[in-house]
Amino acid sequence: MSSHNIRISVNEKTYRSTVDSRITLLDFLRNDLSLTGTHVGCEHGVCGACSILYDGTPVRSCSLLAIQADKRQITTVEGLCNADGSPGVLQKAFCDAHAMQCGYCTPGMLISAHALLEQNSNPSADEIKESIGGNLCRCTGYIQIIEAVQLASQRLRNSR
Amino acid sequence: MKSAPFDYVLAKSIYEATRYLAEGEGEAAVLAGGQTLMPMLSMRMARPSVLVDINGITDLSGIEENNTAIEIKACTRQTELLNSPIVKYHLPLLAQALTFVGHSQTRNRGTIGGSLAHADPASEIPLVALALDAEICLSHVESSRQIPATEFFLGPMMTVCEPTELLVSVHFPLTKKESRVGTGFHEMSERHGDFALVAAAAKIELDNKGSCIDAAIALGGVDGTPVRVTALEKKLRSNGISDNTLESAMELAIPEILEDLNPVSDQHATADYRKRIAAILALRAINDAITEAKGNIA
Ligand code: FES
Ligand code: FES
Repeated sequence: MSSHNIRISVNEKTYRSTVDSRITLLDFLRNDLSLTGTHVGCEHGVCGACSILYDGTPVRSCSLLAIQADKRQITTVEGLCNADGSPGVLQKAFCDAHAMQCGYCTPGMLISAHALLEQNSNPSADEIKESIGGNLCRCTGYIQIIEAVQLASQRLRNSR
Repeated sequence: MKSAPFDYVLAKSIYEATRYLAEGEGEAAVLAGGQTLMPMLSMRMARPSVLVDINGITDLSGIEENNTAIEIKACTRQTELLNSPIVKYHLPLLAQALTFVGHSQTRNRGTIGGSLAHADPASEIPLVALALDAEICLSHVESSRQIPATEFFLGPMMTVCEPTELLVSVHFPLTKKESRVGTGFHEMSERHGDFALVAAAAKIELDNKGSCIDAAIALGGVDGTPVRVTALEKKLRSNGISDNTLESAMELAIPEILEDLNPVSDQHATADYRKRIAAILALRAINDAITEAKGNIA
């Protein structure tokens, strides 16, 4: 098994490391960087719990190798909070709209919803559904998650 | 679920990638978008000795238009295809089908070449390639070849692409814009974004009087590979079916023609159910194609 030197930026902080070729970006974030906000669900690209932003684009970190993040900008759910560590607008909206129960899917939902709101400041319910279509939730029934994203988009628009 | 050990190399050119594949002597695997390979590695259904990463090869990404064809490079992401005005204008069938492919996160990584090379019998991109008479370009370290989609797929997850070959691009022939062409795509799946139980693609060309002069009908999920329903195409092309009788003629013909299909029964659906919805989806796809073609008078 080959090992490789990588330099990766996660939540605007640069890390240098040596990784074995088979280590996924998901395992690297959690085990090497202790960023355990990104969750391990199915590990084969089905559930979306491991979603992150890869150069700003939402992707599944279990389906990428850590080596493939060399020289890339990664954002994890930890990167969505305010500078002082308090919950960001979207995260606060998830709390206020009761958009989580066990919380397992939440980091992935937040990443997908964040990416949507970056592109579209006033998404329709259908657009929200489309954006979180690849994130499975076994608890909420999705309704409150959609409402939370709508609430966040409203608050973001009001604050502009 | 962690993958078995493998080596990793980042190829910088098509030549370098094919050299790595040749050196791998059949044990190397190509890493493109990773949306199928990575799950297969973590489930240990694939155990390559080396992964050849082609994501850094600029020559493998992009959509080009010339006088006769649209060429799509293998590593072009599905999201890029979905957003491409060239695809929307010249290959509406591909654009329609792509909305059924996975989810935005998987389309952001997943590539057109990866879907073709993986050759799942129920996946949308191989089905469209077959319906549109695409040609697939394969490169070997010493040679290259171009294979029609009709000869490319051999069985479930099996193609003519050798382990030492790299799928570099797919060419879709251009249709003359003066003709009245319409396309339709329908599929049935358990959840949106899942692999289809059955999918149907249709492309219909009408003459000025509204008679069908050319037809391509393809179905996915009804056999080991996507299939062209040539008997149905022939029936559509045969004279005597006028604009008005086309639809009712189709309705009568479909069940009989679909008798020849060989779908499997599995935990998702029985073979019989697959056949029945194949007939319905084919009819819907043909209907959409005809309606669109009628509106497309040059
Ligand atoms: S853990 Fe990555 S998609 Fe489920
Ligand atoms: S809150 Fe439990 S899985 Fe979504």
